[in-house]
Amino acid sequence: MDTGTLIQNVQQAASPTELIQAVQALAASSEAEAIPALIEVLGYNNPAAAITAMQGLVRWGETAVPLLIEKLDGYNYGARAYAIRALATLGDARALEVLVQAAETDFAPSVRRAATKGLGGIYRAAPQRIQTSLSQLVQDEDWSIRYAAVVSLEAIAQAVDHPNAEASLKHLAGQDAEPVVQARALLALQRLRQLIPSEL
Amino acid sequence: MQDNALPDPSLTREKALANLVGEDLSLRYYAAWWLGRMRVNDQEAVDALMVALSDEADRTELGGYPLRRNAARALGKLGDVRAVPALMACLECEDFYVREAAAQSLAVLGDNRCVAALRQLLAGGVEAAQQMPGQPHLRQPYEDVLEALGALKAQDAVAEVAPFLEHPVPRVRLSAARAMYSLTGERQYAEQLVRALEDPDINLRRVALSDLGAVGYLEAAQPIARARTENSFKLFALKGLLDVHLNVAPSVALAMEPHPENPLPAVLDLIDNLL
Repeated sequence: MDTGTLIQNVQQAASPTELIQAVQALAASSEAEAIPALIEVLGYNNPAAAITAMQGLVRWGETAVPLLIEKLDGYNYGARAYAIRALATLGDARALEVLVQAAETDFAPSVRRAATKGLGGIYRAAPQRIQTSLSQLVQDEDWSIRYAAVVSLEAIAQAVDHPNAEASLKHLAGQDAEPVVQARALLALQRLRQLIPSEL
Repeated sequence: MQDNALPDPSLTREKALANLVGEDLSLRYYAAWWLGRMRVNDQEAVDALMVALSDEADRTELGGYPLRRNAARALGKLGDVRAVPALMACLECEDFYVREAAAQSLAVLGDNRCVAALRQLLAGGVEAAQQMPGQPHLRQPYEDVLEALGALKAQDAVAEVAPFLEHPVPRVRLSAARAMYSLTGERQYAEQLVRALEDPDINLRRVALSDLGAVGYLEAAQPIARARTENSFKLFALKGLLDVHLNVAPSVALAMEPHPENPLPAVLDLIDNLL
């Protein structure tokens, strides 16, 4: 089946089951015209279809990045969260501005979490900028944002042995108001150097 | 008023306390919510909210007491057990939603003095637990009463709670299962909640998620992560699950000590994947 037909099948699916099957078929297509169509699916308000489309987009690697950025849905935060998740997974430096903006200023926590988690993966693209951003995010009012920042800090510390990242993790492991954030920071430190809890 | 709504940043503690007894009923209502949301738990604020529990000025067309509802909810957030007797009195209020808010707050405050008063609301058993004619709710806030009895570890109430496992309303059955698991520690009740994660009704799946988080049933971590709901619901359920265990442990650090059987790191991995 050519990609045009696969796209049509997605757009004309009459039931959720049909939609998911059509998206699966489209995600397997190797023609680039599938990319914008998959991005559209992120906004259909069907989580199963959106996850399949997102995985399909990630499979395209860096080819999907420009369109994911260009077609970021400013009016549908559900769609935006999936697109940001795809960009975060791809770890492409061109997404820097989009991820920083989303992490710092989006109103939707789901978008912010995904973007914050993604910052760790593109640290090398702009160390200063991302460090500044994360130093704010670890103080966010929302525990889930701080948690996502911990995940980012761990990625940074593992990739570049960054002393600031480790210091932040230590601070969060000892001081954060939420036990789950403390626990996640502690786990990061343990993975980093098998740190003994009593050293904290 | 939603708990995740953003509080008015221009309000201050002093202004809220003044508004709570002011002329404007909508400002009173907002002030009660605000004091809870901002966790203003000094003696004066708690006293003022306790007074608001017997407010007569703010009435709905159907005879409800909006200010009492908000005050009862706020007192649950402030953690001061001086409010317990006043909240117990609210369990007899004619307004269903005041009774509901009081039961929720009493569960959070964790003071056992209220157990008998809560059990009183289960009087008549499942038989009496009928839909109120023309109302969107049952005779009593059974879900909250059952959950409160579970949270308060009211072992004596097991015989009254158990029959609600067969209540015709699915959400009441979930609350009973949650309470029974809290009271007995028997897996069968937690597994009933796990099964509800597969229910065709997404709202029921969401309720089951929060129930499993609240009781800290670690075996549910994988099924929670797989449930067909939005990531945010699963995220909060997994956090709840961990909170139960991280609080029981002497310290977070101890709980995280590397140990092949420590299940907590795997739960954290599941959370990572939901971000």
